[in-house]
Amino acid sequence: MTQLATTASVPAYVLRLADDALILAQRLGEWSAHAPELEEDVALTNIALDLLGHARMLLSYAGELLGGRTEDDLAFLRDEREFVNCQLVERPNGDFAATVARQLFFAAYQCELYAALGESADATLAAIADRAVKEVSYHRDHAVQWTLRLGDGTPESHRRMQAGVDGLWPYTSELFESDDLLLALVAAGVAVDPVALRPAWSGFLGPVLAEATLTVPETTWAPSGGRRGLHTEDFGLLLAEMQHLHRSHPGASW
Amino acid sequence: MAGAGSPNGSVPGSVPGSEATEPASRGWPLWEVFIRARRGLAHNHVGSLHAADAELAMGMARDVYTRRSEGVSIWVVPTASITASSPDEKDAFFASAADKPYRHPTFYDVPAGVKHL
Repeated sequence: MTQLATTASVPAYVLRLADDALILAQRLGEWSAHAPELEEDVALTNIALDLLGHARMLLSYAGELLGGRTEDDLAFLRDEREFVNCQLVERPNGDFAATVARQLFFAAYQCELYAALGESADATLAAIADRAVKEVSYHRDHAVQWTLRLGDGTPESHRRMQAGVDGLWPYTSELFESDDLLLALVAAGVAVDPVALRPAWSGFLGPVLAEATLTVPETTWAPSGGRRGLHTEDFGLLLAEMQHLHRSHPGASW
Repeated sequence: MAGAGSPNGSVPGSVPGSEATEPASRGWPLWEVFIRARRGLAHNHVGSLHAADAELAMGMARDVYTRRSEGVSIWVVPTASITASSPDEKDAFFASAADKPYRHPTFYDVPAGVKHL
């Protein structure tokens, strides 16, 4: 691997991390004023704001590496096929239980990821990960609390929580896929090998799901493609809502 | 938001059978929240919230009341556990202190040169 290849691939990797955080923040923001309880409304939007903060740091860094592009350029002026987030984070919120399942799967992944990324050879990425891991750890705890209560709650809450797990589980396999870009960056000590994160992720989730009396579906369906810009049908609507203001009023600011 | 689905779908902690018509908070007890702003200060009452249990109340108190770094320690207490003085007994409880000004330390002369008093 040449130094040049590494230099070109770092911003591509940073964009993956950034888009995951940005798109999940946008999804969680949809709960604003719609959550089942006022207190939960604040909790979910707090988490969304944490993620948006991570996304802004990562997008700014990616923009810098790409040569003078701003966080707004990257967030609001890229088209659907240019986004490289995993498909899990773009999945519609569904009911509260489905949102909790998505949070559980993704926050558990992000916790392992950021903890490992804190050791990255890229000092900026390491610093961002060090800061983000504390917040993501709270996100994971929040999701665990609700998973336990909904899963091991009433028959209705259990049914909904299980449905959330069943519907989103297939999308988790994409989190642990590797590709040439990752292999090169892992070798350079910049990126975290996602394959290596899976045992810790499964080890964390197993006891939580068991205590919540939830089961993992047996399925071989493993949708993929987000890292290559392939997204699910709902993603276009999300982008339209997220980007329309910026695109309708270019350069507008508060 | 179009993508929000059926956000009020799951209602943990509510009375079975009442989900369709009653907001979830009817089934969630009330908690009083106390926050200590920094070490050395006492916990102060900052407000209340609804939560299904103590652990969730703690998380929600963190989210609702410490968003702007207001504290370093949180207590949540079930509102039902608090015994409060009754407004009706205000006179019997508090009026007798009003005409005993000698209980205030204002009648003592502080000797010159005494520090930390």
